[in-house]
Amino acid sequence: MDRIAQAFARARAENRAAFVAYLCAGDPDFDTSLAACRALIEGGIDILELGVPFSDPLADGLTNQLAAQRALEGGMTAARVFELVARIREFSEVPVVFYTYYNLVFSNGVEAYVRAAKTAGVDGMLTLDLPPEEAADVQAACAKHDIKTVFIVAPTTPESRLPVIGAAATGFIYYVSREGVTGVRDSVAANIPEAVAAIKRHTALPVVVGFGIGKREHVAEVAAGADGVVVGSALVNVIRDNLAARSQIAPKLAAKAADLVAGTRR
Amino acid sequence: MSAAETSASLRPESLPDAAGHFGPFGGVYVPETLMTALKELGEAYDAARRDPVYQEELNRHLKEFAGRPTELYFAERLTQHCGGAKIYFKREDLLHTGAHKINNALGQVLLALRMGKTRIIAETGAGQHGVATAAVCAKFGLQCVIYMGAVDMERQALNVFRMRLMGAEVRGVEAGQKTLKDAVNEAMRDWVTNVRDTHYILGSALGAHPYPMMVRDFHRVIGREAKAQILAREGRLPDEIVACVGGGSNAIGVFFDFLEDAAVRLIGVEAGGRGIVRGEHAARFEGGKLGVLQGSKTYILQNPDGQIELTHSVSAGLDYAAIGPEHAYYRDTGRISYAYACDDEVMEVFQLCSRLEGIIPALESTHALVEGLKRAKALPKDKIVLVNLSGRGDKDVNQVAKLLGVTLR
Ligand SMILES: Cc1ncc(COP(=O)(O)O)c(C=O)c1O
Repeated sequence: MDRIAQAFARARAENRAAFVAYLCAGDPDFDTSLAACRALIEGGIDILELGVPFSDPLADGLTNQLAAQRALEGGMTAARVFELVARIREFSEVPVVFYTYYNLVFSNGVEAYVRAAKTAGVDGMLTLDLPPEEAADVQAACAKHDIKTVFIVAPTTPESRLPVIGAAATGFIYYVSREGVTGVRDSVAANIPEAVAAIKRHTALPVVVGFGIGKREHVAEVAAGADGVVVGSALVNVIRDNLAARSQIAPKLAAKAADLVAGTRR
Repeated sequence: MSAAETSASLRPESLPDAAGHFGPFGGVYVPETLMTALKELGEAYDAARRDPVYQEELNRHLKEFAGRPTELYFAERLTQHCGGAKIYFKREDLLHTGAHKINNALGQVLLALRMGKTRIIAETGAGQHGVATAAVCAKFGLQCVIYMGAVDMERQALNVFRMRLMGAEVRGVEAGQKTLKDAVNEAMRDWVTNVRDTHYILGSALGAHPYPMMVRDFHRVIGREAKAQILAREGRLPDEIVACVGGGSNAIGVFFDFLEDAAVRLIGVEAGGRGIVRGEHAARFEGGKLGVLQGSKTYILQNPDGQIELTHSVSAGLDYAAIGPEHAYYRDTGRISYAYACDDEVMEVFQLCSRLEGIIPALESTHALVEGLKRAKALPKDKIVLVNLSGRGDKDVNQVAKLLGVTLR
């Protein structure tokens, strides 16, 4: 079993949802980011979703836009992102999924990019602006190099599209629980269980739910009806709030992760 | 041979394919949340363009509200000045709100009404598309939000006020380099969030399918009129047609009906800014690389990692890192050639045209004029160069005064 499938199997065996934690690679600098990833892993997360910083993150809200900007200003490049993953692999087998934009994957050749990702230790790829209809090259390269693909289902996705998305994904399905960009919200969207059930009629893959989830009670609410819960902006905000004392970022993230992960128990 | 070349025999009308591809360019590269909205838009557009009622209504508003047809004008003194080919202007600058942008804004707002959308958003660079969108929203009583980079709001302050006068909310964008590209990002974020009741009137032949096709179609009237007008006036087609290319809407609009007239040379003009040095220009065909930005696969100014480069142009409407996918296609097939004009040449010709013709051109359009004058000079007197004057320069006078060191009170 691959690392992603193992993570879901382990969570299921422990009667909880998998916790998927998002951080932007290199935010606010390489060393702090590496320490932040380690803190989350030690805090008990199941899957690490690493945002690859892009100059034009049009699916992201302000929190993640600023994180990407900090990372790029801090000197992150494609090579440094791969290096970050390789450094994580020195101490952890946590599955790493890239959360990225297509130009970064495409610009120097899809296959070369996917191969480099695999070599670094990446397990999966979610490309925000790449719908299944345009994904043939990425699917082929990922199949060849054994990287799992992740695709999004949105509240606006009609059930008629679910077979297409289900057929394109090999890792898991990411249900974006509301229309909009990334960012913490005050409440959890209604009818998540129905949406997850609809998706499961068309795929055997795990379904994770994200977008706007930031509190333990939200995690618990979503965990009841999904295979995994994604938390992003709430973690990135910990970095944003501690930029003046970067050594504080890792311990605070560890504490935050431990609190949120506890919400995944059913 | 490139993929574009192999399909060079395809008729222009057959492009893009059903999935929005112009050969290897174009497509639909957007977050899943927008996929259904784009599909619905494509279907609504398809139905509308076959519907005589819609076409008739659009034509009526193009005439009564926008002021079509626009004149074909012989630029006699500029022709004398250059001493070569005859120079004609297609006068899109005479349209209501000041530029060609109103052709597309009208087409799309009527579509939005058919689709039952109650809220309109748009991005704008120079402010001309924003003004056109604000105008049609006022006319049809729709809520209107315009995204505009903070840098552009400053250099096109007059247009910001015009939009507000017509009831639009103008939201400044502080992200990135605070120009057109960042305004598009912000408009897309808004659309992702409010997609159920909102239509996004994209302002150029850019973005995900069906936008490049739809925007092109709404501007084809420019070339259709120009062809009939030049035939009536000169009894023959022009030798060369020149248009500026930001995203590429006015250019594809004037070129389209001439694509199959092989003897007519078509020249798009990009913004050379301060010269072809990284970050100092917006000429995508001078150093741009194939990539994907804001919904479409095309040539993009980007760094080796795929991060989008900063751009510069004196003209806000051309200051953009990507070019419309149909231009990428015809550039690769060789049917359209591309040149660039730099800020200093543009400033000079802006004043020259004002002085010799009594026509103040938009800084964007002046890029086409720079290249048009160069070509007219190099050609004999029996040749004809047609320049698409995409907009008027009223919006630019403050900025030009400032660049010339003149204080207005
Ligand atoms: C007068 C004028 N011409 C040209 C452009 C560039 O756009 P496009 O390349 O889509 O025609 C603009 C954009 O703002 C404009 O205002």
